[in-house]
Amino acid sequence: MSRETLIDLLYLFSATTFLLALKGLGSPKHARRGNAVAAFGMLVAIVATFFKYVDGHALHHVGLIFLAMFIGAIIAVPTARFVQMTAMPQLVAIFNGVGGGAAALVSITEFMHIKSTNPATYVTLEVLLGVLIGAVSFSGSAIAFAKLQELMTGRPITYPGQQIINAVVGVVALGLIVTILVQGSTSLLWVLLGVALVLGVAFVLPIGGADVPVLISLLNAFTGLAVAASGFTLGSNLLIVAGTLVGASGILLTRLMSKAMGRSLSNVLFSAFGSVITASVGGGVEGRSVRSGSPEDVSVLLGFASKVVIIPGYGLAVAQAQHVLRELAEVLEAKGIQVFYAIHPVAGRMPGHMNVLLAEANVPYEDLLEMDEANSELSTADVALVVGANDTVNPAAANDPSSPIYGMPIIHADLAENVLFLKRSMRPGFAGIDNELLYNPKTTLIFGDAKDTLTKVVAAVKAS
Amino acid sequence: MTNVLLQYATVLVLSIFVGIEIISKVPSILHTPLMSGSNAIHGVILVGSMLVLGSANTNLEEVLGFLAVILGTLNVVGGFVVTDRMLEMFKARKPATPPTKSDEVAS
Repeated sequence: MSRETLIDLLYLFSATTFLLALKGLGSPKHARRGNAVAAFGMLVAIVATFFKYVDGHALHHVGLIFLAMFIGAIIAVPTARFVQMTAMPQLVAIFNGVGGGAAALVSITEFMHIKSTNPATYVTLEVLLGVLIGAVSFSGSAIAFAKLQELMTGRPITYPGQQIINAVVGVVALGLIVTILVQGSTSLLWVLLGVALVLGVAFVLPIGGADVPVLISLLNAFTGLAVAASGFTLGSNLLIVAGTLVGASGILLTRLMSKAMGRSLSNVLFSAFGSVITASVGGGVEGRSVRSGSPEDVSVLLGFASKVVIIPGYGLAVAQAQHVLRELAEVLEAKGIQVFYAIHPVAGRMPGHMNVLLAEANVPYEDLLEMDEANSELSTADVALVVGANDTVNPAAANDPSSPIYGMPIIHADLAENVLFLKRSMRPGFAGIDNELLYNPKTTLIFGDAKDTLTKVVAAVKAS
Repeated sequence: MTNVLLQYATVLVLSIFVGIEIISKVPSILHTPLMSGSNAIHGVILVGSMLVLGSANTNLEEVLGFLAVILGTLNVVGGFVVTDRMLEMFKARKPATPPTKSDEVAS
C-alpha cells in the first residue's frame, strides 16, 4: 500500500470518528465517550498529516508547526479548563471564530501557493468563498464574544441607514469576488479579506443578547462551510466531510432556535429585536394589582404540593442561583414531592445553555424536561416556580396577535395550579414586553435576588 | 468540471444528508455540547493549516501558515476540552444516593 493511500485511510478513520461523536450525542450516556473517540480520531489525522507529501516532498517547517501547535495548546488548555460554565457561550464563540480565521488563512495561503499554476476558475471560487465565509465567521464571532463577555453592550447596536450600509458592504464583497475571478489578482484578495472582516462586524452589531443563541449556531455553520471550502481547495475529503457535518449541524440548530423564538431567521438577523423598549411598559402597568409574597409563603405552597415544575431562565444563571435551586429541589424530593425542570429551547445564551448550567449544579438530566413534555406535566402540577425567566412564559406569545413575541412557543406556566414568580423587579424581560402572567390571580410574585430568595425558601421548607 | 471536483461534490452532498440525519436525533438537552463538539470537529482545519505551512515557499506564506496552525490548534484543543468538561457534568440519577455526589455514573 502506498504512503498516500495509507494516510487517506487514516483520514477516513478520523472522519468516521467524527460521525460517531455526533451520533454519541444522541444520549447523555454515550456522549462523553463519543467526544473522546473524536478527539482520538483528530489526533490520528494530525499525526498522519506529518507524514504526508505535498508537491512531491515531505512537509517543510516541521519545527515551526510544532512551535505553533505548542503556542495554540498552551493558550487553549487553561482557558478551556478553568473558564466558568456561565461563560461557556463566549468561549464557544471564540473557539469558533479562530477556526473561521484559520480557514480564511489556509485559503489565502493556498491561493498564493497555486496562483502561478493558473488555477481553474472553480478553484479560485473555492478559495474566495473560504476567505469570505471564514473571515465573516472570525470577526462576527469576535463581536459575539465581546457582547457575551460584556466588553460591549448586549443590546442591538443600530445607526441610521444600517441595513443599507450592510447591503452595500455585502455587494462590494460580491463585486470583489467577481473581479478576482476575472482578473486573478492577489492584492484584491487582501481587500476582500478586509471587506469580509467588516461585513462580519456589521452583521453581528444589530443582533441583541437574547438572539445570540441563533447567531452562535449560524456562525458555527459558517466556520464549518469555510472549512469545507478549504477542503475543496486543498483536495481533502476529510476537511470536506468534517466541515459539511458542522455546517449542516449549525444550520439545523439555527432553524430550530429561530423556530423556538417563533420568528424567521431573517427577522432574528435583521430586525434588531429588543432595541426599542416600548413606552407602554411603565404606563399600562401601574393601575393593575399584583400579588406579592414572602419566601415563607413560597415554602408553605411548595410544602403542600405533590408536583412542582421549575422554569428557569437566564436570570437564574445571572444570580448564580443554580446550586441553591438544586438544593431546594432535593429538599422537596426528600419530602416525596415530584420536581421537574422545564427547559425552553432558547433559555440562556446558546442552544441548550440552561441544561448545561443545571448539569453543572448536579441536577440529574432525567429531571430536565423539553418544552412539550414540560407543558404536559404542568397541566397536572401544583406549583410552577418561575426563576429568572420571563418572555418564555409570557402568555401573550400564545394569546395576543399584536405582541412582538406572538407565535413564540412558550412554557405554559399558567397551566399549573399556582404560579410562583421570582423576580428582581417589575421590569419586563429582554423583549421589553409586559407579562400578563404577572397579573394572573394564580400568580404570587416574590421580589428580590433569586439566590437570596431561594436560600430563605430552602431554610423555611427545611424548618417546616 | 473535472472528475475530481465531481468526487468532492459527491462527498459534500452525502455529508449534508448524513449530517442532518444524525444531528436531528440529538436531544435539545445536549444542544450546547453539540455546538461545542461540532466546533471541535471543524478544528480539523488544523490539518489544512499544517499542509499550507508545510509547503510554504515564501516568508509571507510561512507567516500566514504559522498563524493558521496556531488558530487551528486553539480551535481543536479548546473545542474538545470544553466539550469534555460539559459532558462530564451530565449525570444520571443515582439510585438511593443524593445527586450531590460527584462520582460519575455514565462513562
